[in-house]
Amino acid sequence: MINFFIAKAEAVGSDVYRFPGKNEALSFIIDFLKKEHIAEVNGATAVWADCPFLKMIEKEQLSEKIRGLKFDVTRETAAAAKIGISQMDWAISDTGTLVQNATAVEQRLVSTLPEIHIAFIASPKMVPDLATALSRISPNDAAYLTFITGPSRTADIERVLTIGVHGPERLIIALVDQLEE
Amino acid sequence: MTTQLREKAGKAMADVTLTGALGNFSEAYMISRAKAYEGIDFEALRTCIAEIKGEASQHLDTLAEQFKKNAEARGTKVFRASSPEEVKKYILDLAKEKGVRHIVKAKSMASEEIHLNADLEAADISVRETDLGEWIIQLAGQKPSHMVLPAIHMTRQQVSDLFSKEVQERLTTDIPRLVKVARKELRKKFFEADMGISGANIAIAEGGTIVLVTNEGNARLVTTLPRIHVAIVGLEKLVPRLQDAIPILKALPRSATSQLLTSYVSMISGPVPNTDGTPKELHIILMDNQRTAMAADPKFREALQCIRCAACLNVCPVYRLVGGHVFGHVYTGGIGTILTSWFNEMKNAADIQGLCITCGRCKSVCPGKINIPDLILEIRRRLVQKQGLPFIQKTALAVINNRNLFHSLLRAGYLAQKPFVQKGLIRHLPMFLSGLAEFRSLPVIAETPFRDKIKKIEQPKGGEKAAFFSGCAIDFVYPEIGEAVVKVLNKAGIEVVFPQEQTCCGTPCRGSGAYDMAADNAIENIKVLLKDDVPYVVTACASCASALKQEFVHVLEAEVRTEWIARAKELAAKTYDFSSFVQKLIDEKRLTLKDAKHLEKMTYHDSCHAKRFLGVYEEPRELMNKSGYEIVEAFESDICCGMGGSYTVKQPEISSRILQRKLKNIEDTGADIVCMECPGCIVQIKGGLDKSGSKIKVKHTAEILADNLS
Repeated sequence: MINFFIAKAEAVGSDVYRFPGKNEALSFIIDFLKKEHIAEVNGATAVWADCPFLKMIEKEQLSEKIRGLKFDVTRETAAAAKIGISQMDWAISDTGTLVQNATAVEQRLVSTLPEIHIAFIASPKMVPDLATALSRISPNDAAYLTFITGPSRTADIERVLTIGVHGPERLIIALVDQLEE
Repeated sequence: MTTQLREKAGKAMADVTLTGALGNFSEAYMISRAKAYEGIDFEALRTCIAEIKGEASQHLDTLAEQFKKNAEARGTKVFRASSPEEVKKYILDLAKEKGVRHIVKAKSMASEEIHLNADLEAADISVRETDLGEWIIQLAGQKPSHMVLPAIHMTRQQVSDLFSKEVQERLTTDIPRLVKVARKELRKKFFEADMGISGANIAIAEGGTIVLVTNEGNARLVTTLPRIHVAIVGLEKLVPRLQDAIPILKALPRSATSQLLTSYVSMISGPVPNTDGTPKELHIILMDNQRTAMAADPKFREALQCIRCAACLNVCPVYRLVGGHVFGHVYTGGIGTILTSWFNEMKNAADIQGLCITCGRCKSVCPGKINIPDLILEIRRRLVQKQGLPFIQKTALAVINNRNLFHSLLRAGYLAQKPFVQKGLIRHLPMFLSGLAEFRSLPVIAETPFRDKIKKIEQPKGGEKAAFFSGCAIDFVYPEIGEAVVKVLNKAGIEVVFPQEQTCCGTPCRGSGAYDMAADNAIENIKVLLKDDVPYVVTACASCASALKQEFVHVLEAEVRTEWIARAKELAAKTYDFSSFVQKLIDEKRLTLKDAKHLEKMTYHDSCHAKRFLGVYEEPRELMNKSGYEIVEAFESDICCGMGGSYTVKQPEISSRILQRKLKNIEDTGADIVCMECPGCIVQIKGGLDKSGSKIKVKHTAEILADNLS
């Protein structure tokens, strides 16, 4: 199921990375942020929306290392950020889709405004299809339920597929096998 | 068709960029669609959707009330509007009350339907479409030409010109760069807007939930950044349960854009926090605008099963030539014609319904299982009922329906055509008829019709009998096909009888909306064909076969000639199209074919009526293989040849353009012979190949089989 997910997600242009645990995932994020100049003083910025993953790490230590990383997600910080980071609640294998209760506005801001969206998902949260996903999380429990399948795209000019219209032009999925300790 | 529409269509077809873009798109669409549906039982899926939406359409009021109750329980404001005016007033009042100056919109066909933008702008509110395609046509001051790809008719050059003007900077035609410009420009608009307007693809009554299916991400911004969100939802979007959304979400992206799922699907069930922490105001307008009336109509209720995927446009041989603007209103193509006839007025569809060639290709891909051509014929029927037929058409059909007159005219025609005949075809006609022979040579009326020829054929007696229904074309134009049929059936020991009183199958009348005349045709034929109590009725014309097997019953039902329906069904049960009948004889070991191997290559053209109405396409191919021919499949072998009965006379320009594609695809196979089931297609394709000087032979299945009996 997980390999199928990876294949489907990559087929729609998502970059998928798989990690055994949270430490590996975190060091990937740090490297990635550095590479994107988020660590530099007055460099680009990134916003990280509140999520279970974040509760397991030392936020302050991280902000000291990565100067452009912000945990305060507002219209302004998200609009200015190059990268948005959030954690998803479920993943759907047969379409390569991520599912999230996005009722909290920070969750939507970090996944809509920045150019790059990094989405964490715990491997055990993988379900085979949409029907199963909707049996785990229902719109009755979430005023705003979001399904994300790849980066933002359009084919409105001469039907030429173009990535990154209004939403992120890159979707990076960090699949973590053992997210909990 | 009015001159105005003809001019519009002609202009569109002359636009090489447009027809090139649409043509490439529709060709690529079928391939990518097939890939998207791999491993999915499309028939089962669409049956499920048709049941859900069909059932929902019969409970629109209950579902709307349920939706309202459940959504309001979570803090959403729900307004039920019956007319476009009510929708517009609600939004304008709300905007005024809340001091709204700027609005951003996600794509909403419902808002296009009521021309909302014009009213908002008149009230001095700025409105920005944010779907890229919608923004392009907003800047161009146009209407969408396609439900999913609104600006499909425009080139990158045109888009670049529009954007350059908007941002006051000379831009190149680099598409990713143009998209970036749109991102930047519209980003500003998202941030300054105080209201976001969206549509919805599905509205789920049990949770008061709306579902938005998008790719660009603009709908997420429209529903997130402005402090007020208004969703305009047509009542036909309602389904009872969450689980009902699943099959729709499976089919919609696959049918619309050949995706397994769009980049974004949002399910909104209530007000969410704004960026400043205040709760968002969420207003959902459930709009009727004739949908309830449509649901009460026994025929047109089916159109409410539409999920707005636009697959019917993508596969339409006419749409790909003329594009969307020819349709004149917001909804385009086959389903658009039907929706326009209700959401606007029946008379608005009077003209555009004539564009449909009733080939049935849309019907075969519709995920809502809507019989689109049938509903278009229903529009024709109602228009004819109300306004009568145009004089010329009425006279022509009256002649066809008067068997003796028609037959004697055809015999007279044989003599009249003589000066124009060259090698068995008419290549030029005098001025006033030249349109007919301009793009293809016309067939010649036979010296002796089949009805006379059969009398002289010696046949086996005493065995089983089959009545042959020749149809006009075989009787008077291609009697040799009739002779081939007799030869094949005789070989199986079957005697072919030809009831002389048989008359037109009614397809021309039905196709013109004159159902009363078509019903008369049906009854006359039922009487004649059931008279002698033969076990089989066989026809070698695919159009006649679908008339006898399917349309007689429909026409009699529509005209409430119920006393004939049982007999029509009896006739349908014993009627066979030629290929299916021969296959049956072979299966019963009453007929064997020569064990031969022909060196000539053959391709097979699927007649619309055979493929999509009778479901016959494997049988003839198998028969050809058994006869020793290798079939080389042509690209789009099952697309219409452009004949469409009287269509070719009413819309010669479109008919000709469809034919040109067909001929190219046939030529590209390198085949020596093209074989088909329907004499109508033979008229078109044989005439076209002759005109272009092609060497490819055109044969009816019966002619091939008659030469390959063991």
